[in-house]
Amino acid sequence: MARPTDRVSPRTPARPAPAVPDLDAVVHQRVRLGILSALVAGGATSFTDLRTVLSLTDGNLSVHARKLEEAGYITVRKRFAGRVPLTEFEATDAGRAALHGYLDAMEAVIRVARG
Amino acid sequence: MPADRPALRRTEPPIAPDAAAHASLRYIRDTMARTATFTAVPGYGGVAMGATAVAAAVWAARQPTVSGWLSVWSAEALVGATVGALTLVRKARTNGVPLLSGPGRTFLLGLLPALLVGVALTLAVYAAEVVQTGQTYAVQGVSRSLTLHLLPGLWLMLYGAGVVSAGMFSVRLVPAMGGLFLLVGALALAAPARFADVSLGVGFGGLHVVFGVLIARRHGG
Repeated sequence: MARPTDRVSPRTPARPAPAVPDLDAVVHQRVRLGILSALVAGGATSFTDLRTVLSLTDGNLSVHARKLEEAGYITVRKRFAGRVPLTEFEATDAGRAALHGYLDAMEAVIRVARG
Repeated sequence: MPADRPALRRTEPPIAPDAAAHASLRYIRDTMARTATFTAVPGYGGVAMGATAVAAAVWAARQPTVSGWLSVWSAEALVGATVGALTLVRKARTNGVPLLSGPGRTFLLGLLPALLVGVALTLAVYAAEVVQTGQTYAVQGVSRSLTLHLLPGLWLMLYGAGVVSAGMFSVRLVPAMGGLFLLVGALALAAPARFADVSLGVGFGGLHVVFGVLIARRHGG
């Protein structure tokens, strides 16, 4: 749903985007940012818990988790707890570094904006 | 706003970059706090708390007086709280989670009021028992006491209420366990006084052990 503040009149030319530091495209996406933040904070987390804490659908979580896995930012473990299949995610060192880098970039944006 | 919209996009000129960066940082912080609360519950700590409660139930059942019985369960409450706190701290440290600035505080604020009510109620009921019997200590058996046999049900229900409240942002097993404490507590209130220690053993012992194992297996120790 579009927010009123997001609506830009067609007669109003969009202001040029201010320069921001280069951002990691993998992390710079709200769902993936949430997944990575959750895993860095909570350690190894099951698919179900992650889906609940981030209020995601199964498909949405799967798609974005796969992108993070392909980037080497998280690992996926599949095992059985009794007879129940259990999928667990865990942030890798590269994933932690990527999140820290993203945090540094955000702080840099704030510094630049404040002059 | 769609869930997968980037926190900061260069194609959204109306949003000041520093405001978007602040929003991103806030989102990261909130997500981390929520997740930490979600997983910082100690599974093996619950098992240990349950084991000490079972031992306490056996020991308390052998106490001939209310004062002795209450001493056993008071000691168990202290031991259980210590074990729970230590294992919570250990798990939080292992996961690199700050305890007093988010998850731990949320959990404690949810749990503490019910526990404090339990302590106050116990002291009030015990004092009333001593006054009514005209003794310095309550020396009759628990099952023959005037009101103290109601305490197990109240303890279980108050603990259950606290766990449900504290577990609102935790794994689903935690509020589920709290709900079962409420059920066992209600049954204890309706049961004859001689089942006091059985109720407490099943509740504080059995439920902690079972859910501790489940939490440890699914969410780590």
